[in-house]
Amino acid sequence: MNAMTPPPTSASDDISAVGGPGTVSGHRGLQLEEALIFELDRPGHAGVDLPPVPDVPLRLGGLAPRARIGLPDLSEPEVVRHYTRLSQKNYAIDAGIYPLGSCTMKHNPRLNEKMARLPGFADVHPMQPESTVQGALQLIDALAHWLKTLTGMPAVALSPAAGAQGELCGMMAIRAALDHREGGKTARRRVLVPESAHGTNPATAVACGFTVATIPANDRGRVDLEAFKAKLDGDVAAIMLTNPNTCGLFEPDIVEIAQAVHDVGAFFYCDGANFNAIVGRVRPADLGIDAMHINLHKTFSTPHGGGGPGSGPVVLSEPLAPFAPYPYLVHTADSLRLVESAADPTADGRAFGRLKGFHGQMGMFVRALSYMMSHGADGLYQAASDAVLNANYVMARLRDLLPPTFEGPCMHEALFDDRSLKDTGVETLGIAKALIDEGFHPFTVYFPLVVHGAMLIEPTETESKRSLDRFINSLRGLILRAKAGDTAHFDAAPHFTPRRRLDETQAARKPVLRWKQG
Amino acid sequence: MRYLPLTAADRAAMLATIGVASVDELFHDVPVSARLDGPIKALPNHQGELAVERRLREMAERNVPAGSVACFLGAGAYRHHVPASVDYLIQRGEFLTSYTPYQPEITQGTLQYLFEFQTQVAMLTGMEVANASLYDGATACAEAVMMANRVTRRKKAVLSGGLHPHYCAVTETEARFVGFELVEAAPDPEGTEDLAGLVDDATSCVVVQYPSVFGQVHDYTALAQACHAKGALLIVVVTEAVALGLLPSPGSMGADIVAAEGQSLGNALSFGGPYVGLFACRDKFVRQMPGRLCGETVDADGRRGFVLTLSTREQHIRREKATSNICTNSGLCALAFTIHLSLLGESGLGHLARLNHAMAVQLADKIAALPGVSVLNDGFFNEFTVRLPRRARKVVDALTARGVLAGVPVSRLFPQDDRLADLMLVAVTETNTEAQMDALCWALKEVL
Repeated sequence: MNAMTPPPTSASDDISAVGGPGTVSGHRGLQLEEALIFELDRPGHAGVDLPPVPDVPLRLGGLAPRARIGLPDLSEPEVVRHYTRLSQKNYAIDAGIYPLGSCTMKHNPRLNEKMARLPGFADVHPMQPESTVQGALQLIDALAHWLKTLTGMPAVALSPAAGAQGELCGMMAIRAALDHREGGKTARRRVLVPESAHGTNPATAVACGFTVATIPANDRGRVDLEAFKAKLDGDVAAIMLTNPNTCGLFEPDIVEIAQAVHDVGAFFYCDGANFNAIVGRVRPADLGIDAMHINLHKTFSTPHGGGGPGSGPVVLSEPLAPFAPYPYLVHTADSLRLVESAADPTADGRAFGRLKGFHGQMGMFVRALSYMMSHGADGLYQAASDAVLNANYVMARLRDLLPPTFEGPCMHEALFDDRSLKDTGVETLGIAKALIDEGFHPFTVYFPLVVHGAMLIEPTETESKRSLDRFINSLRGLILRAKAGDTAHFDAAPHFTPRRRLDETQAARKPVLRWKQG
Repeated sequence: MRYLPLTAADRAAMLATIGVASVDELFHDVPVSARLDGPIKALPNHQGELAVERRLREMAERNVPAGSVACFLGAGAYRHHVPASVDYLIQRGEFLTSYTPYQPEITQGTLQYLFEFQTQVAMLTGMEVANASLYDGATACAEAVMMANRVTRRKKAVLSGGLHPHYCAVTETEARFVGFELVEAAPDPEGTEDLAGLVDDATSCVVVQYPSVFGQVHDYTALAQACHAKGALLIVVVTEAVALGLLPSPGSMGADIVAAEGQSLGNALSFGGPYVGLFACRDKFVRQMPGRLCGETVDADGRRGFVLTLSTREQHIRREKATSNICTNSGLCALAFTIHLSLLGESGLGHLARLNHAMAVQLADKIAALPGVSVLNDGFFNEFTVRLPRRARKVVDALTARGVLAGVPVSRLFPQDDRLADLMLVAVTETNTEAQMDALCWALKEVL
């Protein structure tokens, strides 16, 4: 503790316990320390004013009303200040480039936010009579039309809450179709997954009752076609392939892979996490896929919100379409309606079940449609082109100092590894943490797992050339600094952040997952 | 194309740096047969804000906002007043446009509010630990059952007849694909089911809803004891989080896992999503939990800080051996929840809960006084079940035409059970006025 720190007057004033050295208060200029909200408790305050409670006896079926919960009491200004200060400890796409590979951190237009908050969308109850929600159903129908047209696929299931749930949806539809074809639980056991896949892919396959067989990559970062064919037989239910893949490369043999999968009676699931690279320029239907989830929070700019909510609609081929989950939208003569369960008179019972409560992530649907309508077909075409152009520009300008892992143009993201750092004593993580000091969010580190010390850079189409140049110049400077042997700089980075490197080992060894009264 | 900052000159210079003549060359790995030669003609081209806004407003205006009429709909989604500062704060770009906090040094804001959120959820449910949220209440319920299966190494779950049918359906879907057994009790509008009798040595868990989908509140202490005597867990589902400001906590009754819907704090109805799943359990099960967890630690200078932790449970590390395939949580909805709860605080939440309950008691008495109408529940929070002398769907449609969204016909939730066709769920919150309650009673009287 700093010798100049005055004695604390209460728990919440004792900011120096969590603050840094060098100032009396623990704050450092605009970097304001903030206690936990529980430490700010002033019993008796409230941040809301509510009308008096009518004087009627409780009717709780004999239960006694609850005693103290332990929540802190604060006034509204204190609450606003608390969260404002917390927000200022975050990096955000609004503030700068956020080149996390595989995450597609692009600009989030505020028109989308405004539209999602129209009372006709935001203040509609999911159980309202259908006559009062025709506009909401029309919006869902319009979103479905855009997604189907952009992918060339005949059907789309909209309810999945996120990309990973979209994967579940697609794989469940595949299992249901196989079960139906075989008149019981399918005898097919295996799902082929490339070793470079997102972790969600194998986890999803297992959650659908399959086992996972891994296919290796070739030396060009693509699926090894021969190894793939060697593993393909009548026991395979599906392949789950990300395209463009997690190395940022398009799978050139994809049509041949699809044909081979179909020849053995299996299905082709495409992980659409990287759809942003090809949206409007390539229709997945033309590649022979059967199912693909689309992360609306990636390709279609709905905000990531610090980790959700996402939205993961799944486009489906003709053979899979009848197995899409409840609820789904149908057109009647003069209106739209939802089929919510197998009890609906029009349902044929093939829908595989239900994935979440109510009808899907409506708020995200509005935002995504607002984005699509703003960009239009020509804007999306240009967006995919610029996303690929930006990634290739990053790759070209770093190439001499940081050779890309695989030769040839990339798609929307550029993959590097730590070969060029060999013998410098600096690792991928050190470069990432030093980038933070330079004012940038780092790239994705150590993913995909198939590459040693991976650095995966996805700039997206919403970065200007100037922004890319600043990022590239800083990264070049850091690599030169690493090569010059200044390992201490990287080991200690970041220096200028609200917190310096955090002890993740301690966090996992002795988990402290909540605040407790001291 | 206002979202694209590159100019034509930029593009030309960048292509020259890359050493290709056109962007098309960068797509050379795409099979020729799959390359489009220009924008898709079946879709419109780009539009300005004004045009987009005009078109979307047209759609929005074809809906009846719940706040524009007298609305008494609940059944798992509740219309509460959300203080203005909640929506202002969650729209700060530093929250809205940040990603999962993978770099903790520059995401302490997200991490600290998740840590606070976890603490609030644990307090509210009366449990020891909570995660950083799941997609919604229904998926949280299914995840809870699968977690109970892992913990007990058993594969048979008992579902109450008071559990929301969507929650049942999501759990059934998981059961079919993952491969476990469900014993589902018949719909239980009267709240008379005996679940303890369904628990045996193969049972992993019993799932009850509190209050039930029919609004009934129960003391589950004896059921918890019966479960534990057989080595099974008790899972308590809550779809109206505000109820926990008045009702004894599930933890105090002996619940092992609580799976809840957090929409009613901080989050708009939004036609069913996005919402926020709350998930809490006993400390000893923490390594079997699904979803993200935020934990406290220290930084290199010894200062308190927060990180995502125990990620060895998760798919990006464990791949096919993960506890679930979940990747995201419901971050921004969790933020709205936690800010609303911070504004309410201990005193505000208790006040809000008592207000909701007292108003519901008043309305239940008014409705029960109508001829031919009865209220089924002897104990409830802010929602109760009404038995009508006619099919509820017809009554609801007739009242909709009179500008009253009267309630949810139980037949919409349980379409397969015709015995429930004359039942209607009615929910009351602080957003309802006395005039609206009177309007509901008058309209009911007219159509019955």
